[in-house]
Amino acid sequence: MKPISRRRLIAGGVAATAGAVGLSVAARLAQRYGLVPPDHCGVYGPGETLTYASQRLLTRHSLAREFPRSMISTSPFANATPPPNDLFKRHQKSGFLDWKLAVGGMVANPASLSLSDLKTLPVRSQITEIACEEGWSYIAEWIGTPLSEVLKAVGLSPQSRYVAYFSIDKDWWDSIDMADALHPQTLLTWGMNDGDLPVSFGGPLRLRVPRQLGYKSVKYITRLAVTDSLKNLGSGLGSSEPDFGYSWYAGI
Amino acid sequence: MPAAVTLSNPEISRHSATVRVTHWLTVISFLALLITGAEIVVSHPRFYWGEVGNVMTRPAFTLPIPASRDTVPTGYHYVMPDQNGWSRYLHFQAAWVAVLTGSVYGIFGLWSGHFWRDLIPARRDWTWHAFWEVIAKYLRRAPLDEAEAGSYNVVQRCAYITVIFVLFPLVIWTGLAMSPAFTSAFPVTVTALGGRQTARTLHFFISIALVLFVVVHVAMVIHAGFRSRMRGMITGRVSEPAHAIASKESA
Repeated sequence: MKPISRRRLIAGGVAATAGAVGLSVAARLAQRYGLVPPDHCGVYGPGETLTYASQRLLTRHSLAREFPRSMISTSPFANATPPPNDLFKRHQKSGFLDWKLAVGGMVANPASLSLSDLKTLPVRSQITEIACEEGWSYIAEWIGTPLSEVLKAVGLSPQSRYVAYFSIDKDWWDSIDMADALHPQTLLTWGMNDGDLPVSFGGPLRLRVPRQLGYKSVKYITRLAVTDSLKNLGSGLGSSEPDFGYSWYAGI
Repeated sequence: MPAAVTLSNPEISRHSATVRVTHWLTVISFLALLITGAEIVVSHPRFYWGEVGNVMTRPAFTLPIPASRDTVPTGYHYVMPDQNGWSRYLHFQAAWVAVLTGSVYGIFGLWSGHFWRDLIPARRDWTWHAFWEVIAKYLRRAPLDEAEAGSYNVVQRCAYITVIFVLFPLVIWTGLAMSPAFTSAFPVTVTALGGRQTARTLHFFISIALVLFVVVHVAMVIHAGFRSRMRGMITGRVSEPAHAIASKESA
Protein backbone atom coordinates (compact mmCIF):
# COMPACT_ATOMS: atom_id res chain seq x y z
CA MET A 1 0.00 0.00 0.00
CA LYS A 2 1.39 3.37 -0.98
CA PRO A 3 1.12 6.11 1.64
CA ILE A 4 -1.39 8.76 0.61
CA SER A 5 0.33 11.98 -0.36
CA ARG A 6 -0.88 15.36 0.87
CA ARG A 7 -1.75 16.37 -2.70
CA ARG A 8 -3.94 13.27 -3.14
CA LEU A 9 -5.60 13.81 0.22
CA ILE A 10 -6.50 17.42 -0.65
CA ALA A 11 -7.68 16.47 -4.14
CA GLY A 12 -9.79 13.65 -2.71
CA GLY A 13 -11.26 15.92 -0.06
CA VAL A 14 -12.16 18.59 -2.63
CA ALA A 15 -13.70 15.97 -4.93
CA ALA A 16 -15.75 14.43 -2.08
CA THR A 17 -17.00 17.85 -0.94
CA ALA A 18 -17.88 18.85 -4.51
CA GLY A 19 -19.71 15.54 -4.94
CA ALA A 20 -21.69 15.96 -1.72
CA VAL A 21 -22.60 19.59 -2.57
CA GLY A 22 -23.52 18.55 -6.13
CA LEU A 23 -25.76 15.75 -4.85
CA SER A 24 -27.58 17.98 -2.38
CA VAL A 25 -28.09 20.69 -5.05
CA ALA A 26 -29.40 18.01 -7.44
CA ALA A 27 -31.77 16.74 -4.73
CA ARG A 28 -33.08 20.29 -4.09
CA LEU A 29 -33.59 20.94 -7.82
CA ALA A 30 -35.28 17.55 -8.26
CA GLN A 31 -37.71 18.32 -5.41
CA ARG A 32 -38.45 21.75 -6.82
CA TYR A 33 -39.16 20.55 -10.36
CA GLY A 34 -41.20 17.54 -9.26
CA LEU A 35 -38.69 14.84 -10.18
CA VAL A 36 -38.94 12.85 -6.94
CA PRO A 37 -41.63 10.13 -6.74
CA PRO A 38 -43.58 9.62 -3.48
CA ASP A 39 -42.04 6.14 -3.04
CA HIS A 40 -38.48 7.49 -3.21
CA CYS A 41 -37.54 6.12 0.22
CA GLY A 42 -36.26 2.63 0.88
CA VAL A 43 -33.84 0.35 -0.94
CA TYR A 44 -35.43 0.78 -4.36
CA GLY A 45 -35.74 4.57 -4.02
CA PRO A 46 -32.63 5.46 -6.08
CA GLY A 47 -33.78 3.40 -9.08
CA GLU A 48 -37.34 4.74 -8.87
CA THR A 49 -36.14 8.33 -8.61
CA LEU A 50 -33.73 7.97 -11.54
CA THR A 51 -36.44 6.42 -13.72
CA TYR A 52 -39.11 8.95 -12.79
CA ALA A 53 -36.81 11.98 -13.04
CA SER A 54 -35.29 11.01 -16.38
CA GLN A 55 -38.66 10.10 -17.91
CA ARG A 56 -40.23 13.34 -16.65
CA LEU A 57 -37.42 15.30 -18.29
CA LEU A 58 -37.79 13.34 -21.56
CA THR A 59 -41.54 12.81 -21.76
CA ARG A 60 -43.34 15.72 -20.10
CA HIS A 61 -45.39 16.53 -23.22
CA SER A 62 -44.88 13.53 -25.49
CA LEU A 63 -47.94 11.63 -26.70
CA ALA A 64 -48.45 7.90 -26.25
CA ARG A 65 -48.40 6.04 -29.55
CA GLU A 66 -51.74 5.95 -31.34
CA PHE A 67 -52.68 3.26 -33.83
CA PRO A 68 -54.81 2.94 -36.96
CA ARG A 69 -58.33 1.58 -36.56
CA SER A 70 -57.25 -1.63 -38.32
CA MET A 71 -54.98 -2.47 -35.37
CA ILE A 72 -57.72 -2.51 -32.74
CA SER A 73 -57.57 -5.91 -31.01
CA THR A 74 -60.53 -8.06 -32.00
CA SER A 75 -60.36 -9.98 -28.74
CA PRO A 76 -59.06 -7.74 -25.99
CA PHE A 77 -58.41 -9.32 -22.61
CA ALA A 78 -60.42 -7.91 -19.69
CA ASN A 79 -58.06 -9.26 -16.99
CA ALA A 80 -59.22 -10.38 -13.59
CA THR A 81 -61.24 -7.70 -11.82
CA PRO A 82 -62.09 -7.69 -8.15
CA PRO A 83 -65.74 -8.71 -7.83
CA PRO A 84 -67.77 -5.48 -7.87
CA ASN A 85 -69.31 -4.93 -4.44
CA ASP A 86 -73.03 -4.64 -3.59
CA LEU A 87 -73.03 -0.88 -4.09
CA PHE A 88 -71.62 -1.40 -7.59
CA LYS A 89 -74.22 -4.05 -8.35
CA ARG A 90 -77.02 -1.63 -7.38
CA HIS A 91 -75.54 0.97 -9.78
CA GLN A 92 -75.27 -1.67 -12.48
CA LYS A 93 -78.95 -2.60 -12.06
CA SER A 94 -80.03 1.01 -12.59
CA GLY A 95 -77.84 1.37 -15.68
CA PHE A 96 -75.30 3.60 -13.86
CA LEU A 97 -77.75 6.55 -14.04
CA ASP A 98 -76.81 7.58 -10.48
CA TRP A 99 -73.04 7.02 -10.92
CA LYS A 100 -71.33 10.14 -9.65
CA LEU A 101 -67.77 11.41 -9.89
CA ALA A 102 -66.93 13.58 -6.90
CA VAL A 103 -64.17 16.10 -7.58
CA GLY A 104 -62.62 17.74 -4.53
CA GLY A 105 -59.45 18.81 -2.82
CA MET A 106 -57.53 21.88 -3.99
CA VAL A 107 -60.12 23.12 -6.47
CA ALA A 108 -62.17 26.35 -6.55
CA ASN A 109 -65.55 24.64 -7.11
CA PRO A 110 -65.82 21.08 -5.82
CA ALA A 111 -68.32 19.21 -7.97
CA SER A 112 -70.22 15.97 -8.31
CA LEU A 113 -70.57 14.95 -11.94
CA SER A 114 -72.84 12.33 -13.45
CA LEU A 115 -71.79 10.43 -16.57
CA SER A 116 -74.02 12.67 -18.69
CA ASP A 117 -72.45 15.77 -17.08
CA LEU A 118 -69.04 14.41 -18.12
CA LYS A 119 -70.25 13.89 -21.66
CA THR A 120 -71.23 17.57 -22.00
CA LEU A 121 -67.53 18.47 -21.65
CA PRO A 122 -65.21 18.15 -24.69
CA VAL A 123 -64.75 14.53 -25.72
CA ARG A 124 -61.65 12.82 -27.03
CA SER A 125 -61.25 9.39 -28.54
CA GLN A 126 -57.93 7.69 -29.15
CA ILE A 127 -56.65 4.28 -30.18
CA THR A 128 -53.89 3.33 -27.77
CA GLU A 129 -52.30 0.19 -26.39
CA ILE A 130 -52.78 -0.89 -22.80
CA ALA A 131 -49.85 -2.92 -21.50
CA CYS A 132 -50.00 -4.92 -18.30
CA GLU A 133 -46.97 -5.20 -16.02
CA GLU A 134 -47.26 -8.98 -16.58
CA GLY A 135 -46.26 -8.46 -20.22
CA TRP A 136 -49.43 -8.83 -22.29
CA SER A 137 -51.15 -6.00 -24.16
CA TYR A 138 -54.01 -5.07 -26.45
CA ILE A 139 -55.11 -2.08 -28.51
CA ALA A 140 -58.53 -0.46 -28.16
CA GLU A 141 -60.25 2.76 -28.96
CA TRP A 142 -60.90 4.66 -25.74
CA ILE A 143 -63.53 7.40 -25.67
CA GLY A 144 -63.86 9.82 -22.78
CA THR A 145 -63.50 13.22 -21.25
CA PRO A 146 -59.92 14.40 -20.81
CA LEU A 147 -59.13 14.71 -17.11
CA SER A 148 -57.69 18.15 -17.91
CA GLU A 149 -61.16 19.35 -19.02
CA VAL A 150 -62.71 18.29 -15.71
CA LEU A 151 -59.89 19.95 -13.76
CA LYS A 152 -60.32 23.12 -15.81
CA ALA A 153 -64.07 23.12 -15.14
CA VAL A 154 -63.64 22.92 -11.35
CA GLY A 155 -60.81 25.47 -11.21
CA LEU A 156 -57.41 24.03 -10.37
CA SER A 157 -55.38 25.64 -7.59
CA PRO A 158 -51.87 26.66 -8.69
CA GLN A 159 -50.42 24.73 -5.71
CA SER A 160 -51.84 21.42 -6.91
CA ARG A 161 -49.22 18.77 -7.68
CA TYR A 162 -51.08 15.46 -7.82
CA VAL A 163 -54.49 14.09 -8.66
CA ALA A 164 -55.55 11.07 -6.63
CA TYR A 165 -58.31 8.87 -8.05
CA PHE A 166 -60.42 6.35 -6.19
CA SER A 167 -62.45 3.37 -7.36
CA ILE A 168 -65.73 2.24 -5.79
CA ASP A 169 -63.60 -0.37 -4.01
CA LYS A 170 -62.06 1.66 -1.20
CA ASP A 171 -58.80 -0.32 -1.27
CA TRP A 172 -58.16 0.48 -4.93
CA TRP A 173 -56.88 3.96 -5.60
CA ASP A 174 -53.94 5.63 -7.26
CA SER A 175 -52.51 9.04 -8.15
CA ILE A 176 -50.61 10.81 -10.94
CA ASP A 177 -48.60 13.99 -11.11
CA MET A 178 -49.82 17.09 -12.97
CA ALA A 179 -47.76 16.20 -16.07
CA ASP A 180 -49.96 13.14 -16.53
CA ALA A 181 -53.15 14.68 -15.07
CA LEU A 182 -53.09 17.57 -17.57
CA HIS A 183 -51.84 15.39 -20.42
CA PRO A 184 -54.29 15.44 -23.35
CA GLN A 185 -54.45 11.63 -23.55
CA THR A 186 -55.34 11.07 -19.90
CA LEU A 187 -59.04 10.27 -20.24
CA LEU A 188 -61.92 9.69 -17.88
CA THR A 189 -63.02 6.91 -20.18
CA TRP A 190 -66.67 5.91 -20.57
CA GLY A 191 -66.61 4.44 -24.09
CA MET A 192 -64.61 1.71 -25.80
CA ASN A 193 -64.57 0.70 -29.47
CA ASP A 194 -67.68 2.74 -30.38
CA GLY A 195 -69.79 1.45 -27.45
CA ASP A 196 -70.14 2.00 -23.72
CA LEU A 197 -67.12 0.92 -21.70
CA PRO A 198 -67.96 -2.65 -20.61
CA VAL A 199 -67.89 -3.40 -16.87
CA SER A 200 -65.12 -5.97 -17.34
CA PHE A 201 -62.93 -3.24 -18.87
CA GLY A 202 -63.67 -0.75 -16.09
CA GLY A 203 -67.09 0.62 -17.02
CA PRO A 204 -68.86 2.84 -16.37
CA LEU A 205 -65.80 5.03 -15.71
CA ARG A 206 -62.09 4.26 -15.90
CA LEU A 207 -59.15 6.65 -15.79
CA ARG A 208 -56.92 5.70 -18.72
CA VAL A 209 -53.30 6.84 -18.33
CA PRO A 210 -51.81 5.54 -21.60
CA ARG A 211 -48.19 6.55 -20.88
CA GLN A 212 -48.09 4.20 -17.91
CA LEU A 213 -48.68 0.49 -17.41
CA GLY A 214 -52.21 -0.86 -17.12
CA TYR A 215 -52.37 -0.92 -13.34
CA LYS A 216 -52.39 2.89 -13.25
CA SER A 217 -55.65 2.83 -15.23
CA VAL A 218 -57.92 2.21 -12.24
CA LYS A 219 -61.43 0.95 -12.98
CA TYR A 220 -64.82 2.10 -11.54
CA ILE A 221 -63.77 5.65 -10.66
CA THR A 222 -66.01 7.53 -8.21
CA ARG A 223 -63.79 10.26 -6.74
CA LEU A 224 -60.94 12.59 -7.67
CA ALA A 225 -58.89 14.54 -5.11
CA VAL A 226 -56.50 17.29 -6.17
CA THR A 227 -53.67 17.72 -3.68
CA ASP A 228 -50.22 19.22 -3.18
CA SER A 229 -48.98 16.23 -1.16
CA LEU A 230 -49.64 12.51 -1.07
CA LYS A 231 -48.34 12.09 2.48
CA ASN A 232 -51.76 11.93 4.11
CA LEU A 233 -53.36 9.52 1.67
CA GLY A 234 -53.19 5.84 2.61
CA SER A 235 -49.65 4.96 3.67
CA GLY A 236 -48.32 8.08 1.95
CA LEU A 237 -46.81 6.31 -1.04
CA GLY A 238 -49.20 7.75 -3.61
CA SER A 239 -51.43 4.76 -4.31
CA SER A 240 -52.59 1.42 -3.01
CA GLU A 241 -50.06 -0.21 -5.39
CA PRO A 242 -46.97 0.37 -3.21
CA ASP A 243 -48.90 -1.38 -0.42
CA PHE A 244 -48.93 -4.44 -2.69
CA GLY A 245 -45.25 -3.82 -3.45
CA TYR A 246 -45.67 -2.10 -6.83
CA SER A 247 -44.03 1.15 -7.82
CA TRP A 248 -46.03 4.35 -7.95
CA TYR A 249 -44.61 5.50 -11.28
CA ALA A 250 -45.27 2.93 -13.99
CA GLY A 251 -43.96 4.60 -17.12
CA ILE A 252 -41.15 2.00 -16.78
CA MET B 1 7.84 -3.45 -10.30
CA PRO B 2 9.20 -4.13 -6.79
CA ALA B 3 12.10 -6.55 -6.98
CA ALA B 4 10.83 -8.85 -4.20
CA VAL B 5 7.85 -10.03 -6.18
CA THR B 6 9.80 -11.33 -9.16
CA LEU B 7 11.86 -13.87 -7.19
CA SER B 8 9.88 -17.11 -7.20
CA ASN B 9 6.41 -15.96 -8.08
CA PRO B 10 6.49 -13.65 -11.09
CA GLU B 11 3.31 -11.66 -11.44
CA ILE B 12 1.96 -9.72 -14.33
CA SER B 13 -0.52 -6.89 -14.20
CA ARG B 14 -3.74 -8.17 -15.78
CA HIS B 15 -6.81 -5.99 -15.16
CA SER B 16 -7.00 -2.29 -14.35
CA ALA B 17 -8.98 -1.14 -11.32
CA THR B 18 -11.76 0.29 -13.52
CA VAL B 19 -12.18 -3.01 -15.36
CA ARG B 20 -12.30 -4.95 -12.11
CA VAL B 21 -14.79 -2.67 -10.33
CA THR B 22 -17.09 -2.40 -13.37
CA HIS B 23 -16.83 -6.16 -13.93
CA TRP B 24 -18.08 -7.02 -10.43
CA LEU B 25 -20.77 -4.33 -10.46
CA THR B 26 -21.98 -5.84 -13.74
CA VAL B 27 -21.95 -9.32 -12.18
CA ILE B 28 -24.11 -8.15 -9.28
CA SER B 29 -26.57 -6.21 -11.43
CA PHE B 30 -26.78 -8.96 -14.07
CA LEU B 31 -27.57 -11.53 -11.40
CA ALA B 32 -30.31 -9.27 -9.98
CA LEU B 33 -31.70 -8.62 -13.49
CA LEU B 34 -31.70 -12.32 -14.28
CA ILE B 35 -33.52 -13.43 -11.12
CA THR B 36 -36.09 -10.62 -11.23
CA GLY B 37 -36.49 -10.98 -15.00
CA ALA B 38 -37.30 -14.66 -14.56
CA GLU B 39 -39.79 -13.74 -11.84
CA ILE B 40 -41.50 -11.23 -14.16
CA VAL B 41 -41.65 -13.74 -17.04
CA VAL B 42 -43.35 -16.28 -14.75
CA SER B 43 -46.37 -13.97 -14.49
CA HIS B 44 -46.97 -14.44 -18.22
CA PRO B 45 -44.79 -17.21 -19.72
CA ARG B 46 -46.20 -16.69 -23.23
CA PHE B 47 -44.40 -14.85 -26.04
CA TYR B 48 -45.74 -13.12 -29.15
CA TRP B 49 -44.54 -11.36 -32.27
CA GLY B 50 -45.88 -7.96 -33.32
CA GLU B 51 -47.50 -5.16 -31.37
CA VAL B 52 -50.01 -6.92 -29.13
CA GLY B 53 -50.48 -10.30 -27.49
CA ASN B 54 -52.51 -11.66 -24.60
CA VAL B 55 -54.22 -14.88 -23.51
CA MET B 56 -56.91 -14.33 -26.17
CA THR B 57 -54.32 -14.36 -28.99
CA ARG B 58 -52.13 -17.17 -30.28
CA PRO B 59 -48.63 -17.11 -28.78
CA ALA B 60 -45.45 -17.59 -30.84
CA PHE B 61 -44.31 -19.99 -28.13
CA THR B 62 -45.00 -20.75 -24.50
CA LEU B 63 -42.58 -21.71 -21.75
CA PRO B 64 -43.59 -25.07 -20.26
CA ILE B 65 -43.91 -23.75 -16.72
CA PRO B 66 -46.81 -22.80 -14.44
CA ALA B 67 -47.59 -19.08 -14.23
CA SER B 68 -47.82 -16.89 -11.14
CA ARG B 69 -51.23 -15.57 -12.24
CA ASP B 70 -54.39 -17.65 -12.46
CA THR B 71 -55.54 -15.73 -15.58
CA VAL B 72 -52.90 -17.43 -17.74
CA PRO B 73 -53.86 -20.86 -19.10
CA THR B 74 -50.70 -22.97 -18.75
CA GLY B 75 -52.13 -26.49 -18.48
CA TYR B 76 -50.86 -26.75 -14.90
CA HIS B 77 -53.30 -26.79 -12.03
CA TYR B 78 -50.88 -24.81 -9.98
CA VAL B 79 -50.28 -21.09 -9.62
CA MET B 80 -46.79 -20.05 -8.58
CA PRO B 81 -46.27 -17.48 -5.83
CA ASP B 82 -46.40 -13.97 -7.26
CA GLN B 83 -43.34 -11.82 -6.48
CA ASN B 84 -43.65 -9.22 -9.23
CA GLY B 85 -43.76 -6.13 -7.01
CA TRP B 86 -40.24 -6.14 -5.57
CA SER B 87 -38.97 -7.96 -8.67
CA ARG B 88 -39.96 -5.02 -10.85
CA TYR B 89 -38.49 -2.48 -8.40
CA LEU B 90 -35.20 -4.41 -8.29
CA HIS B 91 -35.17 -5.09 -12.05
CA PHE B 92 -35.18 -1.40 -12.91
CA GLN B 93 -32.81 -0.43 -10.11
CA ALA B 94 -30.34 -3.10 -11.25
CA ALA B 95 -30.81 -1.90 -14.84
CA TRP B 96 -29.70 1.56 -13.73
CA VAL B 97 -26.62 0.10 -12.02
CA ALA B 98 -25.82 -1.87 -15.18
CA VAL B 99 -26.32 1.13 -17.49
CA LEU B 100 -24.32 3.54 -15.32
CA THR B 101 -21.56 0.96 -14.84
CA GLY B 102 -21.55 0.32 -18.58
CA SER B 103 -21.26 4.05 -19.27
CA VAL B 104 -18.26 4.39 -16.96
CA TYR B 105 -16.69 1.33 -18.56
CA GLY B 106 -17.43 2.58 -22.09
CA ILE B 107 -15.89 5.99 -21.48
CA PHE B 108 -12.90 4.37 -19.78
CA GLY B 109 -12.49 1.86 -22.62
CA LEU B 110 -12.38 4.55 -25.27
CA TRP B 111 -10.26 6.97 -23.28
CA SER B 112 -7.65 4.55 -21.94
CA GLY B 113 -7.27 2.52 -25.12
CA HIS B 114 -8.57 -0.60 -23.32
CA PHE B 115 -10.89 -1.48 -26.22
CA TRP B 116 -8.14 -1.24 -28.86
CA ARG B 117 -5.48 -2.88 -26.75
CA ASP B 118 -7.42 -5.69 -25.10
CA LEU B 119 -10.59 -6.35 -27.11
CA ILE B 120 -10.25 -5.57 -30.82
CA PRO B 121 -8.42 -8.53 -32.38
CA ALA B 122 -5.08 -7.82 -34.05
CA ARG B 123 -5.23 -7.41 -37.83
CA ARG B 124 -3.53 -10.77 -38.47
CA ASP B 125 -6.21 -12.54 -36.39
CA TRP B 126 -9.06 -11.47 -38.66
CA THR B 127 -9.13 -14.89 -40.32
CA TRP B 128 -11.18 -18.03 -39.86
CA HIS B 129 -7.92 -19.91 -39.54
CA ALA B 130 -6.81 -17.93 -36.48
CA PHE B 131 -10.26 -18.34 -34.97
CA TRP B 132 -10.36 -22.09 -35.65
CA GLU B 133 -6.89 -22.60 -34.27
CA VAL B 134 -8.01 -21.33 -30.85
CA ILE B 135 -11.20 -23.38 -30.91
CA ALA B 136 -9.22 -26.50 -31.83
CA LYS B 137 -6.87 -25.85 -28.96
CA TYR B 138 -9.77 -25.59 -26.54
CA LEU B 139 -11.24 -28.82 -27.92
CA ARG B 140 -7.93 -30.62 -27.41
CA ARG B 141 -7.92 -29.17 -23.87
CA ALA B 142 -4.34 -28.13 -24.54
CA PRO B 143 -2.58 -26.20 -21.76
CA LEU B 144 -2.61 -22.44 -22.14
CA ASP B 145 0.47 -20.82 -23.55
CA GLU B 146 2.36 -17.88 -22.18
CA ALA B 147 0.35 -15.19 -23.92
CA GLU B 148 -2.93 -16.45 -22.45
CA ALA B 149 -2.18 -15.21 -18.96
CA GLY B 150 -1.59 -11.64 -20.05
CA SER B 151 -3.94 -11.10 -22.94
CA TYR B 152 -7.06 -12.40 -24.71
CA ASN B 153 -7.00 -14.65 -27.76
CA VAL B 154 -9.13 -13.93 -30.82
CA VAL B 155 -12.10 -16.07 -29.71
CA GLN B 156 -12.24 -14.40 -26.32
CA ARG B 157 -11.99 -10.98 -27.96
CA CYS B 158 -14.87 -11.77 -30.31
CA ALA B 159 -17.01 -13.07 -27.43
CA TYR B 160 -16.37 -10.00 -25.28
CA ILE B 161 -16.96 -7.61 -28.19
CA THR B 162 -20.27 -9.32 -28.96
CA VAL B 163 -21.42 -9.06 -25.35
CA ILE B 164 -20.24 -5.49 -24.78
CA PHE B 165 -21.12 -3.89 -28.11
CA VAL B 166 -24.04 -6.02 -29.35
CA LEU B 167 -25.90 -7.93 -26.62
CA PHE B 168 -25.82 -5.33 -23.84
CA PRO B 169 -26.95 -2.43 -26.10
CA LEU B 170 -29.67 -4.67 -27.58
CA VAL B 171 -30.98 -5.83 -24.22
CA ILE B 172 -31.18 -2.19 -23.04
CA TRP B 173 -32.88 -1.11 -26.26
CA THR B 174 -35.49 -3.90 -26.22
CA GLY B 175 -36.13 -3.17 -22.54
CA LEU B 176 -36.74 0.53 -23.18
CA ALA B 177 -38.93 -0.37 -26.19
CA MET B 178 -41.41 -1.89 -23.70
CA SER B 179 -41.78 1.39 -21.79
CA PRO B 180 -44.99 3.23 -22.71
CA ALA B 181 -43.48 6.53 -21.50
CA PHE B 182 -40.10 6.16 -23.24
CA THR B 183 -41.73 5.12 -26.52
CA SER B 184 -44.10 8.09 -26.34
CA ALA B 185 -41.03 10.32 -26.70
CA PHE B 186 -39.08 7.97 -29.02
CA PRO B 187 -41.65 5.86 -30.90
CA VAL B 188 -39.09 4.66 -33.46
CA THR B 189 -37.37 2.62 -30.73
CA VAL B 190 -40.32 0.21 -30.75
CA THR B 191 -41.67 0.57 -34.31
CA ALA B 192 -38.22 -0.25 -35.74
CA LEU B 193 -38.37 -3.57 -33.89
CA GLY B 194 -41.86 -4.38 -35.13
CA GLY B 195 -43.91 -3.78 -32.00
CA ARG B 196 -44.00 -4.05 -28.24
CA GLN B 197 -44.47 -7.83 -28.08
CA THR B 198 -41.59 -8.37 -30.52
CA ALA B 199 -39.45 -6.19 -28.25
CA ARG B 200 -40.44 -8.34 -25.25
CA THR B 201 -39.69 -11.61 -27.09
CA LEU B 202 -36.30 -10.28 -28.30
CA HIS B 203 -35.53 -9.06 -24.76
CA PHE B 204 -36.08 -12.65 -23.60
CA PHE B 205 -33.86 -14.19 -26.33
CA ILE B 206 -31.04 -11.70 -25.76
CA SER B 207 -31.17 -12.45 -22.04
CA ILE B 208 -30.84 -16.16 -22.87
CA ALA B 209 -27.83 -15.35 -25.09
CA LEU B 210 -26.26 -13.43 -22.19
CA VAL B 211 -26.87 -16.37 -19.85
CA LEU B 212 -25.20 -18.70 -22.37
CA PHE B 213 -22.24 -16.36 -22.49
CA VAL B 214 -21.97 -16.40 -18.69
CA VAL B 215 -22.07 -20.22 -18.63
CA VAL B 216 -19.26 -20.49 -21.20
CA HIS B 217 -17.34 -17.63 -19.56
CA VAL B 218 -17.40 -19.31 -16.14
CA ALA B 219 -16.54 -22.71 -17.69
CA MET B 220 -13.50 -21.15 -19.41
CA VAL B 221 -12.45 -19.43 -16.19
CA ILE B 222 -12.51 -22.82 -14.49
CA HIS B 223 -10.58 -24.35 -17.41
CA ALA B 224 -7.93 -21.62 -17.23
CA GLY B 225 -7.59 -21.97 -13.47
CA PHE B 226 -10.38 -20.68 -11.27
CA ARG B 227 -8.22 -19.40 -8.44
CA SER B 228 -5.73 -17.59 -10.63
CA ARG B 229 -8.40 -15.98 -12.84
CA MET B 230 -10.52 -14.92 -9.88
CA ARG B 231 -7.42 -13.49 -8.29
CA GLY B 232 -6.73 -11.62 -11.52
CA MET B 233 -10.17 -10.05 -11.58
CA ILE B 234 -10.10 -9.22 -7.85
CA THR B 235 -6.53 -8.05 -7.23
CA GLY B 236 -5.64 -7.18 -10.81
CA ARG B 237 -2.55 -9.42 -10.89
CA VAL B 238 -1.95 -12.97 -12.09
CA SER B 239 1.11 -15.13 -11.69
CA GLU B 240 2.54 -16.50 -14.88
CA PRO B 241 1.77 -20.19 -15.46
CA ALA B 242 4.56 -22.58 -14.45
CA HIS B 243 5.08 -24.01 -17.91
CA ALA B 244 5.36 -20.51 -19.32
CA ILE B 245 8.14 -19.74 -16.87
CA ALA B 246 9.76 -23.06 -17.73
CA SER B 247 9.68 -22.33 -21.44
CA LYS B 248 11.11 -18.89 -20.82
CA GLU B 249 13.98 -20.33 -18.81
CA SER B 250 14.79 -22.98 -21.38
CA ALA B 251 14.74 -20.43 -24.16
